[in-house]
Amino acid sequence: MKAAPFAYVRPGTVADVVAELSQEGSKVIAGGQSLVPVLAMRLGRPAQLIDINAVRDLNGLALDRGALRVGATVRQRRMQREQIAAGVPLVRLALPWVGHREVRSRGTVCGSIAHADPSAELPAVAACLEATMVLTSQRGTRQVSAADFFTGALSTVAEPDELLSDVVFPVAKPGEGFGFGEFARRHGDFALAGVAVRVRTSEGSVDARLTCFGVSDVPVTVDVSQQLRAALEKTGSDPSRPDLQSALAAHTPGVAAVAVNTGGDSHASPGYRRRLISVLAAREVSRAYVSARLSESEERSR
Amino acid sequence: MTGLARVEDAALLTGQGRFLDDLDPLPGTLVAAVVRSPHAHARIRSVNLEKARRMPGVAAVIGPEEVLATLKPFPLSVKTPHPYYPTATDKTRFVGEPVAVVVASDRYLAEDAAELVEIDYEPLPVVVRTDQALLPDAPLLHDGSDSNVATDREFTFGSVDEAFAEAPHVVTRTYSFPRYSSMPMECYVVVADWRDGPDGPEITAHANFHGPFSMAPVVAGALGIPTSSLRLVVPADIGGSFGIKSGVYPYIALMALASKHAGRPVRWSEDRLEHLLASSAGSDRIMTFEAAVDDDAVISALRVDLIDNVGAYLRPPEPSTLYRCFGNITGAYTIDAVHIRARAVVTNKTPTGLNRGFGGQQLYFGLERLIDDIARERDLDPAEVRRRNLIPAKAFPYATPSGGIYDSGDYERAFELALDNVDYQRLRKEQRVARENGEWMGIGIATVVDPSATNIGYVGLATPVQDRTAKRGKSGSTEHVRVTVDPQGVVGVLLGTVPQGQGHATVARDIVAERLGLPKEQVRPRVEMDTASTPWTISSGSYSSRFSPLLTSALLEAADRIAESIKVAAAVLLEVEAERLELADGMVRVIGDPDRSVAFRHAAGLIHWDPGSLPDGFSARLYEEAAYTPPQSKAASRTDQINSSLCYGFVADVVVVRIDPETLTVKIEDLSTVHDAGTILNKTLLEGQVHGAITQALGGALFEEMTYSDAGQPTAGTFMDYLCPTSAESVFPLTSDHLETPSPLTRLGAKGCGEGSSMSLPVAIANAVADALQREGITVDSLPLHGNVLHELLTTSKGN
Repeated sequence: MKAAPFAYVRPGTVADVVAELSQEGSKVIAGGQSLVPVLAMRLGRPAQLIDINAVRDLNGLALDRGALRVGATVRQRRMQREQIAAGVPLVRLALPWVGHREVRSRGTVCGSIAHADPSAELPAVAACLEATMVLTSQRGTRQVSAADFFTGALSTVAEPDELLSDVVFPVAKPGEGFGFGEFARRHGDFALAGVAVRVRTSEGSVDARLTCFGVSDVPVTVDVSQQLRAALEKTGSDPSRPDLQSALAAHTPGVAAVAVNTGGDSHASPGYRRRLISVLAAREVSRAYVSARLSESEERSR
Repeated sequence: MTGLARVEDAALLTGQGRFLDDLDPLPGTLVAAVVRSPHAHARIRSVNLEKARRMPGVAAVIGPEEVLATLKPFPLSVKTPHPYYPTATDKTRFVGEPVAVVVASDRYLAEDAAELVEIDYEPLPVVVRTDQALLPDAPLLHDGSDSNVATDREFTFGSVDEAFAEAPHVVTRTYSFPRYSSMPMECYVVVADWRDGPDGPEITAHANFHGPFSMAPVVAGALGIPTSSLRLVVPADIGGSFGIKSGVYPYIALMALASKHAGRPVRWSEDRLEHLLASSAGSDRIMTFEAAVDDDAVISALRVDLIDNVGAYLRPPEPSTLYRCFGNITGAYTIDAVHIRARAVVTNKTPTGLNRGFGGQQLYFGLERLIDDIARERDLDPAEVRRRNLIPAKAFPYATPSGGIYDSGDYERAFELALDNVDYQRLRKEQRVARENGEWMGIGIATVVDPSATNIGYVGLATPVQDRTAKRGKSGSTEHVRVTVDPQGVVGVLLGTVPQGQGHATVARDIVAERLGLPKEQVRPRVEMDTASTPWTISSGSYSSRFSPLLTSALLEAADRIAESIKVAAAVLLEVEAERLELADGMVRVIGDPDRSVAFRHAAGLIHWDPGSLPDGFSARLYEEAAYTPPQSKAASRTDQINSSLCYGFVADVVVVRIDPETLTVKIEDLSTVHDAGTILNKTLLEGQVHGAITQALGGALFEEMTYSDAGQPTAGTFMDYLCPTSAESVFPLTSDHLETPSPLTRLGAKGCGEGSSMSLPVAIANAVADALQREGITVDSLPLHGNVLHELLTTSKGN
């Protein structure tokens, strides 16, 4: 379990990174939490590794016009700990589910998204929040919405010479609430099924967005506003979370049937994954709605 | 360092452990990488090693040709035409089977060169499932054989057919037990050196091997050398095993051969991928149990049909999984008649071997599920069915029909204690309420006999009696120790018990210190196995919980002989008769007159420095070797009975589970376990063994399985898919209690205690899950049990 030979460079500027990245067979390494095992098992054999950890410009974590801009070397653990990231609550809900603390101490937010594992949490969060991916190459910079970014298991629209230099998450607005949950056989494993939820409430109108992961080759986002409204018709607009959850449970199997699109494996058949998505969706949409209502009322009383 | 429970801990906790991967015992050692088969079954058309050999930095590359030129097949435990070499020679028979070895200056280079080895394979039809391996048109693994059945024996003890004919009820069930393994922290490591001496090859091999040392002649047999020409050295810390490292031995032969070709010592450190792919595993088993039962649910006879899937070869010590529990095959019950059919089939999976509990978890999964199924059919509480069948305390020593002699026990009391500790009646009430609320709560029980100090003679049973050579039987269960005293009176204990981390040194220190009346600090155990200097015989090793019953018995004998010598020396100093002396508080003193005394160290010093003052004829030595050989461990009888272990402990587990109706997760809510391992030598270490066995059982019951696709590709080849329980999954309320019915057969009354719940808890959990889902019309007949499995069972039962 030793990597095949590769060249190693550690440039100091973004310009040098993208110059190196234009060399054929180059691969970026930041936290290495996915790449290093791939190298050790010789499942990937890049000609050159570009270590971006010395590039100061890629380590930014800053608010920028109502959005949180996360640079390519920002560790997941830093997102959990720095106050500035609290503006994106869904990321903070999701991060405790990402591997274990040791993994989060090395792993980066951008790295997880660029790796595009269908069972990973952060790609689903990006999709749910309609985050923006910033791709940088010698040819310039382009922005891609999360909805267009993921093209399949472990594949994205990023070209081989492009660096995912930043991911830009919208900061939560008043009247928004979030939910995140997943199911794995053991704590810290990749999810068999998981959901990220954003609910917006505003003066009686509701909008609910559910992103499922671990159930297809890319995160699957479903608009569940209609299901939420149907449940609220039964419970009234200020239900307790358990009441709303059980009302939603009548509708989530239909959502799961649409979202789950995988052949299954020895840990979870498609049928079991549908069961899990159905359960998780009811739990987390109800959580997000209750929290959105709270946020809305807090805003009103301000 | 004080305050630590074990003498071993300070070194381990400060990174001072002596693991073989850290040691460099032979200067100039090169590094090997193993080229493995990607096919589950394929004929090897050709092997071309030239490109790899030409790569700079490569010292040697060996393949089937070199193996066949020098090695013989490993001697097998039974006469079966299934030749087993350390690499494939004609065909590959499982994914991961070694085909070639590359020796280079470092592992990176070796792996680079391994990619240059060219092997032309012709893929062959694959068989992985036990039932399919038995079909008449199944692909055959071994050309010289007309079936995949490697061994097939039947045994009848008592009036089985009569009992079934008379029984008003017969309960028959088929169960399957999965393949899972142990996960030591360090994988296999071998450093081997081949030298040509005046009388043939001399092999020195360092390996994290822990026995049974019956594998030493097996390796020597493959190398074509006397066992004494194979010097085997085991480091003090082997990085855990739980049985699996007994399977390192084929690599000892392989790396010795690699060293012959490289002209230098060769190191091979197995990585985790190799370990999961191709090291070993507990065998999976299909089994049918049939009980003759009377109206009171008392079992009069049993028919047991066991089929082990041992993978590609019947690798020694297999088929021992079938026979290790032979003497206790009727478990904790008064069953007087039993029919046994014991078969092993070869398939395109990794060969099997030792795994904590060895044979016990497989056997008891069938027997204890059957008890619950009898309870269900007879509409009785499963605890009550057990009560009616347990061997009563007054019946000990108890002879089982298959030859076991249970040395001691009080099963009824231990069982009631386990029930009382969770308030069983209250639990059943709670369960009734839960059921009324539609909740899935289940209570599972297992009561098992826990064999320890294996009598390796059971392997002989795989050979029919007419083929067993008279006076060439196999038996035995001996352990050895050497105790020494230095000129300052410090007592050394040389332990060749090759511990896997159990704390042998701690227990040995405490026993010797107490026996010789010394402070613990004055006793210094040393863990060291070097077959050139450590006392051993082929039954040596740490397996089948041998240390507590056997080694400690040898230790007392050696310590007592040391005490006699010390007394003789002290008698000279005190001018009294040695018989009037006793050892206490670091002194040798006159019994009844403690002021007349000399220090132990002064007495020891006399023997070293002034032997001339000792009585005439006294042998001035302060080293004593002792071997404990229990007479109860005999070879199999001509009627095929065998007392397959020396000691038989007892375990009762009562486990409570609740199943989440949404995610179908099985949650353990409570566990009561009672162990009777005879005299307790060290309570902390005993609890450690109980906790470890429970966690390992948890893995097998709920998480771990070595799965294969129908094409023979392993589908749990990394820790992403082979799921060991972590601390997050292993926390639940536990009441662990103990009974002590001393063994009359060991010097301290101690029995083994390392495996108990790893045999009993998997089936107890299965019984609990079956109990929780009793009203759902499903059958629980296999493991592991997790959400996906339950989802499939529940949806199938509803006909969707």
